[in-house]
Amino acid sequence: MISDGKFGKYGGIYVPELLIPALEELEKAFLKYKDDKEFNAELEYYLREFAGRPTPLYYAENLSEKLGCKIYLKREDLLHTGAHKINNTLGQGLLAKYMGKERLIAETGAGQHGIATATVASLFKMPADIYMGSVDVARQKLNVFRMEISGAKVIPVESGAKTLKDAMNEAMRDWITNVENTHYLLGSTAGPHPYPTMVKHFQTVIGKETKKDILEKEGELPDAVIACVGGGSNSLGIFSEFIDDKEVELVGAEGGGDGLEGKHGATLSAGTEGVLHGSLSFVLQDDYGQISEAHSISAGLDYPGVGPEHSYLKVTGRAKYGPITDEEAFRAFKMLSKYEGIIPALESSHAVAMAEKYAKENPGKTIVVNLSGRGDKDVNIIADFMGVKL
Amino acid sequence: MNIESYDAAFERTKTKKEGAFIPFVVAGDPDFETSLQIVKVFVENGADALEIGFPFSDPVADGPTVQLADIRALESGMTAEKGFEFIRRIREFTDIPVGVLTYYNLIYKMGLEKFYKMARENGANAILAADLPPEEACEALEAAQKNGVQQIFMAAQTTSNERLQEITKMCSGFLYVVAVMGTTGARAELKTTTVDLIKRIKSHSDIPISVGFGISKPKHVREVINAGADGAIVASAILNIITENLENKEEMLQKVGKFCAELKEATKS
Repeated sequence: MISDGKFGKYGGIYVPELLIPALEELEKAFLKYKDDKEFNAELEYYLREFAGRPTPLYYAENLSEKLGCKIYLKREDLLHTGAHKINNTLGQGLLAKYMGKERLIAETGAGQHGIATATVASLFKMPADIYMGSVDVARQKLNVFRMEISGAKVIPVESGAKTLKDAMNEAMRDWITNVENTHYLLGSTAGPHPYPTMVKHFQTVIGKETKKDILEKEGELPDAVIACVGGGSNSLGIFSEFIDDKEVELVGAEGGGDGLEGKHGATLSAGTEGVLHGSLSFVLQDDYGQISEAHSISAGLDYPGVGPEHSYLKVTGRAKYGPITDEEAFRAFKMLSKYEGIIPALESSHAVAMAEKYAKENPGKTIVVNLSGRGDKDVNIIADFMGVKL
Repeated sequence: MNIESYDAAFERTKTKKEGAFIPFVVAGDPDFETSLQIVKVFVENGADALEIGFPFSDPVADGPTVQLADIRALESGMTAEKGFEFIRRIREFTDIPVGVLTYYNLIYKMGLEKFYKMARENGANAILAADLPPEEACEALEAAQKNGVQQIFMAAQTTSNERLQEITKMCSGFLYVVAVMGTTGARAELKTTTVDLIKRIKSHSDIPISVGFGISKPKHVREVINAGADGAIVASAILNIITENLENKEEMLQKVGKFCAELKEATKS
């Protein structure tokens, strides 16, 4: 490898030998094309014309009034396929095409990354196999159907907890077997190098647009940037442009589930260091190094690992992370829907809930919340939670 | 007990004009005592060295057979510490080389110093972590050398000649050669590329090599030994017998023994 892919001591390439040449090939291609004019022009074209970039930085008047702060929402929820995931799948899909790969594979939890992958597979005329835990397949039937309509094959994974972590294991096994013609389109800033760096790169467009717009609207940087953290791609996408601006607080909201005493997905808040899915980072595990099952009402935050750069930002103190419980996320979901007429994804609802907490402690500040996805996919879960039958 | 080294074991088999037969079982599959009996059966039926798996919740290099074995072992309460106790019990009846096959998180979580110290104290010859390539192995190698434990690495068809040189420099005991492009699991046929790979490695290095992944029939064992490998590692085909005979342990042990005897015989061609 050209770089060791480390953030402090976190990250790396903890993978079976069979995958090393594939990671080397991918790193080489990424480094070549990330600054390539033709590649970037093509990617910008698809981001604009196909995905709908740039997205607005919306001043949420009603919410600002209610919370006593200036609240801006970065509207990634308005993108094609309904979340920020498309930024990365367009980037990696195009890279796979430039590399001459013939087939895409991906893991998915709730199905948002699966749909975004199925979508670019259609766009770039490649077959796609999407690994999804059988528990998630059962609870996200609509998204499974959407992927299949786009021509992707959804493969239910029966091993382990049958959720996102196991889908990732299975996608890696597929890649180990079909490494020569297949690109593994990993959906988050997790996994072995170069994925954490590459996925962040394709998501920095969120932070770049946000910085430009907030300077235009406010004439200064915000006091805080808040985003939810599962694997960590939407948060790193928006944080990255502000990391060097020390006066801007960076706050990550993790899936607190039933609370840290019960089942949760708050890896940075309550996890310990370990090696999972190719990198050293914080993980949820038992005393013997066996990975625990995570829980969150939001499938996108239901993951016992986290991207290695977040671990680095945590231990260096540059970003702060905290858990938001299912109940708090649910209340934030209702609040944003009611006050702004914007139905957020359950993942993004965690960021909204964190903004509410921050606003209480810091009145009068300017806050940017990354609204990473829209909530259409979650209305059934919300109805269940409220005891409403649709 | 005087533990035999890998070098001595490969020398012993070579003198007899045989290859080394190296069976694999997951410690604690389906439970501690039964898996210990399985190891006894391995030894009684000609095993020249042993590979002992410490189970991990997320074994990405393994196919469904080993995953199931890992789950059974974890359900029976297996941990790395108990795994070393398992090896100590193996040392009550054999001195042939014992290698531990696991994933890096088990080592990292226990702490490298403690893990390798326990390996030495309980009689393990070598450690192989399936997700620890040379790039990440500096600290592990240091702990291994300090404790006189050997560190084994893998090589595959995709491994370039330059990389092979780096790997063989770091690797001791033997080089674990991955016979297939894929995860562990029984296969019907062995690819001709495996034979080419064995020959390529042999032209680059003197390190003993053992071939695993997909070696599931006496015929495969014969093929890799004839191609120049020093040893053949058989895992999933044995674990399949365990999986199919969980209800009848007598029969399980008998079938494993018979199969091992056939595999050992195939190293003598």
